[in-house]
Amino acid sequence: MIILHIISTAMLLIGCFFFLVGTVGLFRMPDAYCKMHATTKCDTLGAGFIITGLILLTGFSNVSIKLLLIIVFVWLTNPTSAHIIAKAQYRKK
Amino acid sequence: MNSIIIGVLVFLSTLAFFGLYIAYKGPDAVHRVIAINVIFTKSTIMIALLAVLTGQNSFVDVALVYALMGFVATVAVSKYLEKGKLK
Repeated sequence: MIILHIISTAMLLIGCFFFLVGTVGLFRMPDAYCKMHATTKCDTLGAGFIITGLILLTGFSNVSIKLLLIIVFVWLTNPTSAHIIAKAQYRKK
Repeated sequence: MNSIIIGVLVFLSTLAFFGLYIAYKGPDAVHRVIAINVIFTKSTIMIALLAVLTGQNSFVDVALVYALMGFVATVAVSKYLEKGKLK
């Protein structure tokens, strides 16, 4: 149980690091495309690590299946929304 | 274990405030949409963390619906920026 907690804590901290990287990129990058490159990738990875840590923490139950659904939904919609934002920036009038 | 989850929650909410500053200051509407998208994902993760922290299992459904709502908001604003109308 202790080893599972240690792995879960490490995953939560790695997810926090990726969110920090995404926010720093949101501040430092000059262009909209560069900002999107920084934020969407780190967003997907940070959300994946934190939700995986929570799944390891709760064990196999009703909640962990729903957390897995959240992670699948985020991984489906985040690249889609990035694509749509990039298209809006490209064809902006 | 609870203290680590609380620390992650505080950290993510601080980062969300920085993103809110970009959403206020951003030079263009597209920059604001990007910042709002990041804030939506962070809020989804924060609701899931809160569900595990408090033991209320129904909060996980709230996180799922919140992710859906953020996606719809991003798509709608981007369509409006692209075409000038929502049709």
